[in-house]
Amino acid sequence: MSGQSPEIDTAKINTAVAQATPMAPADDTPLLRIEGVSKKFGSFRAVDRLSLDIKAGEFFALLGPSGCGKTTLLRMLAGFETPDEGRVLLGGRDIAPVLPHERPVNMMFQNYALFPHLSVRDNIAFGLKRAGMARAAIDTRVGEMVALVKLDGLEKRRPDQLSGGQKQRVALARSLARRPKVLLLDEPLAALDKKLRESTQLELMELQRRLGMTFIVVTHDQEEAMTMANRIGVMDAGRLEQVATPRDLYEAPASRWVAEFVGDVNLFDGEVTSHAHHRLTIATGDAGNIVVAEHRQMATGTAVSVAIRPEKVKLWHQGPASDAGNPQAVNRLAGVVADVSYLGGSTVYKVKLDSGAVVRSSMANTTRLDIHSYGVGQRVVAWFTPDDGVVLER
Amino acid sequence: MARRIGRISPFNITALALGLAFLYLPIVILVIYSFNASRLVTVWGGWSLRWYHEFFNDRAMLDAAWMSLRVAAVSATIATLLGTLAAVGLVRGERFRGRTLFSGMLYAPLVMPEVISGLSLLLLFVALNAERGFWTVTIAHTTLTMCFVTVVVQSRLASLDRSLEEAAMDLGCDPVQAFVRVTLPLILPAIAAGWMLAFTLSLDDVVIASFTTGPGSATLPIRIYSEVRLGVKPEINAICTMVIALIAVLIVIASLASKLSSSQGETAAPL
Amino acid sequence: MSTRRIFAQPARYAAIAPYLWMVLFFLVPFGFVLKISLSQTAIAQPPYVPVFDFSEGWIAIKAAFAQLSFDNFRLLISDSLYISSYLRSVVVAVTSTLILLLIGYPIAYGMARLPQRWQPIAMMLVIVPFWTSFLIRIYAWINILQHDGLLNKILLALHLVSSPVVWLSTDSAMYLGIVYSYLPFMILPLYATLSKMDPSLLEAASDLGSSPLQAFWLVTFPLSLPGVGAGALLCFIPIIGEFVIPDLLAGSGSMMIGQTLWLEFFTNKDWPVAAAAAVALLVLLVPPLLLYDRLQRRTLEGAK
Repeated sequence: MSGQSPEIDTAKINTAVAQATPMAPADDTPLLRIEGVSKKFGSFRAVDRLSLDIKAGEFFALLGPSGCGKTTLLRMLAGFETPDEGRVLLGGRDIAPVLPHERPVNMMFQNYALFPHLSVRDNIAFGLKRAGMARAAIDTRVGEMVALVKLDGLEKRRPDQLSGGQKQRVALARSLARRPKVLLLDEPLAALDKKLRESTQLELMELQRRLGMTFIVVTHDQEEAMTMANRIGVMDAGRLEQVATPRDLYEAPASRWVAEFVGDVNLFDGEVTSHAHHRLTIATGDAGNIVVAEHRQMATGTAVSVAIRPEKVKLWHQGPASDAGNPQAVNRLAGVVADVSYLGGSTVYKVKLDSGAVVRSSMANTTRLDIHSYGVGQRVVAWFTPDDGVVLER
Repeated sequence: MARRIGRISPFNITALALGLAFLYLPIVILVIYSFNASRLVTVWGGWSLRWYHEFFNDRAMLDAAWMSLRVAAVSATIATLLGTLAAVGLVRGERFRGRTLFSGMLYAPLVMPEVISGLSLLLLFVALNAERGFWTVTIAHTTLTMCFVTVVVQSRLASLDRSLEEAAMDLGCDPVQAFVRVTLPLILPAIAAGWMLAFTLSLDDVVIASFTTGPGSATLPIRIYSEVRLGVKPEINAICTMVIALIAVLIVIASLASKLSSSQGETAAPL
Repeated sequence: MSTRRIFAQPARYAAIAPYLWMVLFFLVPFGFVLKISLSQTAIAQPPYVPVFDFSEGWIAIKAAFAQLSFDNFRLLISDSLYISSYLRSVVVAVTSTLILLLIGYPIAYGMARLPQRWQPIAMMLVIVPFWTSFLIRIYAWINILQHDGLLNKILLALHLVSSPVVWLSTDSAMYLGIVYSYLPFMILPLYATLSKMDPSLLEAASDLGSSPLQAFWLVTFPLSLPGVGAGALLCFIPIIGEFVIPDLLAGSGSMMIGQTLWLEFFTNKDWPVAAAAAVALLVLLVPPLLLYDRLQRRTLEGAK
């Protein structure tokens, strides 16, 4: 777990993000500061009093389901929408009244929005000409950009003579050509097929590192966000649910919603019955008493959920001798294997507990022969350590 | 491609072929007879250009043709300008006061009987005490044809991806620059199609021109019309063939232009 | 504010010039038609009274207002010439629209079933005659239909008739001319709806046990009704006011309203009655126009 990351506090998460990096040095003021920004469309609040700081050189991802307001937020940064309230500060200057064409920010559009009547070269040069750059300088810059995105030889083509991947590169080159302070990417890889998407993710990361530019990417694909971004902001209904590193987002989700949205999770509802030595005991209806490591003080009777990722739930053959052997196996849930899904790298078992609830366990297939597999109908014990459970307030 | 049940049946092909024959045969026959050497319109007397000679020696017809071409060119140009502006206002102007009236005024002439449009404009010109002739016909044709231009340009503009304009602004264009550098080149085929439609509509009109023109400035259709009422004349065949040829040339130019611009993504609408 | 709003302001300025043009040359002239329809015929230039002369001051204008009357409309109702020409216009428009539908539907259907790459060409072929002069196309038919024209020659050669048939100056010739001129207006909206139809709907219908004919009646035709409505109105409305085709091809026996208006205006020089006929014709067109507008709106909303 990364050391400088703050502790997650669900209650304060929406307002406290501005202080999310309290240990950062004083000169490291955020490049982009979003302060209490709202945007309404009619009576619908697309973005709801949202605050966020983004530092220079970050690769930041806005992740959320469709309609959560992430694209509206991005369009406000580009200047295509004006916030109804709040401020957007870029390098300390409020850019809310600045029109899109005067902002030192560029955007890569989801459908690329390449000008169909212009060649690749003219598309890339478009923004440079508007900036009044000298012809020779434009040629040099376009050349650099073409080399950067590996489009050599295609300069004279029109957009409709390009493949999807090539169009994506032209769009990228065009938005990078003006060397914006911040590059906004709206679902940059959504139109590419899976294989191409994966290689392009790596290229984008490599490019961002090399240019040291600030990237803000909007995506609905959590794997994409996890792979590329240094930090991820998870959005729902116009609000930021959590801002964290990919690892924290997965291992320490701030809410039930985040835990369910990012990855797969088992959730048990219950209430706190005791708290001792940083260990909470939670009485759940489905899984009996569960012990979870937790340093927060929580009053007895507090309604909570316990979240456990499937790969942290291990299975054992039912047997009196074996479970005594592992002192970590504090939480033991007995049940019957109800379903087995072989996924290649791993196998997911659905275990029906004696209470009727279902627990999913994902086991890596570390050997070729299925010596450790379990069959449907077999009685097993699903167990996990106190450190693997996360307590979420309800 | 998946095989589709009953996609092409003999019935479909026959319907289509008969329909097209019905549309084209009369025109083909007319063109052929314009080269007939015989004075009798229905007796084939061999190939000849005699009726074309006749036309080029017919002072009154030539004047009318020249008048029609001028009216068509001027009115189509003004109509294209105004119609494009109107389309921009309707598609990009969002909601504004008087928008419903505006679109109503632009759509009504499309289906309005020409006798009404012609009569109402004449009454205006009389009330204004305007001398009737070239300009009154040109204004009348502009009023009618700009509505067609608006419809053609409007549909192209509405189908244009708005993120293209946003991309232009993102890359440093103010709204007017974004329109000139990105939007305008992309709707140019539609604007050209609109001009040609306006030109041919003007070249075709009898009714409105009859109302709005003055003595001594008849247009070609007015002259053709009065000749036709008296019966078929071989010279009219020749004139009609030349008008068809002119329009055919325009259509070829238009389709070439839209071929050229088809590398701009969407193919331009033929209308 | 959003980019839409950023663009809206200049766009509205763009609309000013065409707006003023249409007010001056479309809206204002209707005011004149309305006013003159309430005036009296006079042997003068212009041939009607009262003439509003704004230079003569308010009293004169008030006096002129007092002279306006509904006499012309009373004449339209009482004279059988006008009533019968209105009726004829409606009958001709309805009949022609039905014929157009019967001929246009199979053609549009055939076009929509062509392989994809042939469809634009077929559409082009239907549109091109629309570009060539309407007057020329009517004239082409006069060539064919005249007494010693091609049609009679063929019929005689085939011994289908023993003597030349009179085609010109008959209702058949007029219907032929109307159908010929308006066919593209019928085909295009029909084709637009038919070509958008998912072919798998027909496959589903046949999969569920309907014969091709049943599939057509139960699936294709009901779904093409918006196109049928649009095409029918697009033909019906202008045919009502048609002048050139009946004037050139039909007999002189009974006239359509457009012809009556023309006659009153050019031959009888009775401008007020012609204006009243125009107002009445407009009133006649309001219901189909509103219907068309509603249909278009629904289609647009359906497309969203």
